[in-house]
Amino acid sequence: MVTMPEPDRAVLANRSRIVQDLRAIVPGEGVIADEDELRAYDCDALSAYRQLPLIVVLPENTEQVAAVLRYCHRNSVKIVPRGAGTSLSGGSMPLADAVTLGLGKFNRVLDIDYDNRCVVVQPGVPNLAITKAVEANGFYYAPDPSSQIACSIGGNVAENAGGVHCLKYGLTTNNVLGVEMVLMDGEIIRLGGKHLDSEGYDLLGIVTGSEGLLGVVTEVTVRILPKPETAKAVLMGFESNEQGGDCVAAIIGAGIIPAGLEMMDRPAIHAAEDFVHAGYPLDVEALLICELDGPSVEVEHLIERVEAIAREHGATTLRVSTSDEERALFWAGRKAAFPAVGRISPDYMCMDGTIPRGQLPTVLARMQVFSQRHGLRVANVFHAGDGNLHPLILFDANQPGELERAEEFGADILRLCVDVGGVLTGEHGVGVEKRDLMPYMFTEDDIKQQQRIKCAFDPGHLLNPGKVYPTLHRCAEMGKLHVTGGRLPFPDLPRF
Amino acid sequence: MSDIFHPRTEAEVAEVVAWAADCRNTLAVLGQGTKQALGRPMQADHTLDLAGLTGILDYQPAELVLTARAATPMAEIRAALAEKHQHLAFEPPDLSSLLGTDGGEGTLGGVVSCNLAGPRRSAAGAARDHVLGVHGVGGNGVPFKAGGKVVKNVTGFDLTKLLCGAYGTLAALTEITVKVLPRPEKVRTVLVFGLDDEAAVRCMGDAQRSRHEVSAAAHLPAALAVASGVDLVAGAGGAVTALRVEGPEPSVAWRCEALRNELGHFGQTEELHSARSLRFWQEVAQVAPLAAPADRLVWRLSVPPAGAAQVVSRIRHSIPAQAFYDWGGGLVWVAVATDTPDAGDEVVRGAVAHVAGGHATLIRAGAEVRAKVPPFQPQPAPLAALSRRMKDSMDPGGVFNPGRMVADL
Repeated sequence: MVTMPEPDRAVLANRSRIVQDLRAIVPGEGVIADEDELRAYDCDALSAYRQLPLIVVLPENTEQVAAVLRYCHRNSVKIVPRGAGTSLSGGSMPLADAVTLGLGKFNRVLDIDYDNRCVVVQPGVPNLAITKAVEANGFYYAPDPSSQIACSIGGNVAENAGGVHCLKYGLTTNNVLGVEMVLMDGEIIRLGGKHLDSEGYDLLGIVTGSEGLLGVVTEVTVRILPKPETAKAVLMGFESNEQGGDCVAAIIGAGIIPAGLEMMDRPAIHAAEDFVHAGYPLDVEALLICELDGPSVEVEHLIERVEAIAREHGATTLRVSTSDEERALFWAGRKAAFPAVGRISPDYMCMDGTIPRGQLPTVLARMQVFSQRHGLRVANVFHAGDGNLHPLILFDANQPGELERAEEFGADILRLCVDVGGVLTGEHGVGVEKRDLMPYMFTEDDIKQQQRIKCAFDPGHLLNPGKVYPTLHRCAEMGKLHVTGGRLPFPDLPRF
Repeated sequence: MSDIFHPRTEAEVAEVVAWAADCRNTLAVLGQGTKQALGRPMQADHTLDLAGLTGILDYQPAELVLTARAATPMAEIRAALAEKHQHLAFEPPDLSSLLGTDGGEGTLGGVVSCNLAGPRRSAAGAARDHVLGVHGVGGNGVPFKAGGKVVKNVTGFDLTKLLCGAYGTLAALTEITVKVLPRPEKVRTVLVFGLDDEAAVRCMGDAQRSRHEVSAAAHLPAALAVASGVDLVAGAGGAVTALRVEGPEPSVAWRCEALRNELGHFGQTEELHSARSLRFWQEVAQVAPLAAPADRLVWRLSVPPAGAAQVVSRIRHSIPAQAFYDWGGGLVWVAVATDTPDAGDEVVRGAVAHVAGGHATLIRAGAEVRAKVPPFQPQPAPLAALSRRMKDSMDPGGVFNPGRMVADL
């Protein structure tokens, strides 16, 4: 388990006063201080980590957010921003001495602008609700994390959420045009808008994926896309992970960028098939789902090419969806993979590393070694198109030591991802879950360079402390310059 | 004494920067220097010439990733990618003819530092959407890396994005990893003739809202269309609205036909095939229609696309101006006479703010004008203060490109 920063005793001692002051800012039911009610906020989707928040505040408008932050800034009270609480990495895990700032009441779609192909929403609006709001007119919002029914767009911005369509349509950061946000000192700023690109430093790019460490987003403008004319999926089964991996490389190598390209390994295929009966072959080691979307002429043309590539790579199962219902069925097993695994194991832990695609067979083979070493099973679902792995580690939290072993297993997998040229997290965020692995991927100097951003936004480290970075360097210290005595140690450096 | 440093390695870059920071000296950072005329003119103590940091370090077509040293010429990168039928999807434009610099399209680091993007911007993003990771040296002279070499990565703050478009004011880039993509098999362009600006913006909007995956949409008014090097555009005898369609051949043919049917009510249509298409979009990307005469001032407006024509009409109400549209209206290039009072600052930025917001950059003007009129859109006070804190935090000694983006920053 990770250790969180020592709570500030002065803040704990002052709790009733803080509650009273916050009630003056957010009236009525908007300030929660009762222990039973706080219980509902004691974790996010990383439910192995629990902590009662100091207080929960549910503001209703930007001015209230600004006033709460200004108050907390002045009184050195920490803030943990929270959207729908679906973070898989503990991004909104509460702290004992922090106010959890819930954006659930920011739930309105403010402006649907078809002329400029964008939608302005409040951050508490669920991801899928954006698509629902525009689909009657033939549009949709592209990033589709698997929690899209529940997860909020504000949380998507904080985590730079992905989904199965990232390879073709990008992550949240490629689909957000602007935000309104409140800085820790209560200042309200706007970044971007309905136009493209920043007029100065790309602060919108920095805020997206900053995991609640830089500010509180109070409004989001996203671009919407015309719904593709048609979509079809190909289901391919292979006798080995190598064949499956090679087929992925060959599809991309042929110049095809599918809308989605997913892979599942044998344990995941079996768990999913038992659960939803999608008609997956059970005699294969690897299953690929390749979805192509766009104009029907193009989809037909590319489907034929994908089929040919699959045959060349020895696919033993090869089926093309003949209707939207069948396409949905192909996806049903993949989309239900997590709950399916949940049925065969009391608990599971979902990892999220990214690797260069070509390393897939190596990584899957190593994972089997880890599995034996830790005595725990693993099932793999994989956004094969963009190299994003989701190994699901199966364990039983009621067995003493299993959670710790699962965590060790997970850490081994993530270190392996970094070793083969990949990264710790592709779309779930660092949060508290992967925080202590950050030094494995980044040197101290790399991390300091990132933290310089934090110093510009929140030098007092009041926003979401204990997340993402194992230690926060004091900003004043980082401002100091390295003394060279005015000498250039490279006397042979060409200069003229 | 002003020196020009020519480091050959990241370690040497680090030494120069640490030394400069320690001596409280400033450095002008450049690659081939093709974009020096962008932004405010600088007076730095020394020059950090990164042109020695060249070469593609790693290119794996199947991984869709390329890593190169920061000052690798764009021409070299383009050639390597073309050999594998790939490209940089954000279509980095060569602005040398607009800016009157020779030396071609410059370096990868230059493209990234200025966050440039061509006509495919609205469909595929800008440089910032395609840079996966960088190595660089911070203002304290310490080397660092940011991001990674895989397309999907949310590990830590996205420092890479901040460095894209920072005009070299926050760090000296030494190595860059970009996402590369397959080049479309086929390119065609549907032309719609004779539309006024308002109708053209509606036409481009309709095309972009269609399901035909238009990868670029531009409009040249009659006076600019006539100067095109593409015969079907120059000979149109009026304004030309252009919609690019890319992809596998059967798809492209079908979509072009569909677009011509759906947009036929706007005006007469025509189609450009491969070679003419490539030439036309190169002209648009390079801002060729406004390149001559070379002494005119050129503004680049990023606005919500639907209001583009209104912005231009409002500008024209106050000052004579020539304009054309890219990104379906989201990007407007405006040329005004050299002697326009305050370079048209108040009128141009006023029009952008009045219609629907956005920002305007003075892209081409003499150094004395760029010293007086802020080339980059001035920001509201809280945002300007945040940008200043960012600069102070990343470059505490104020070493890099002093005043390039904002005076005294």
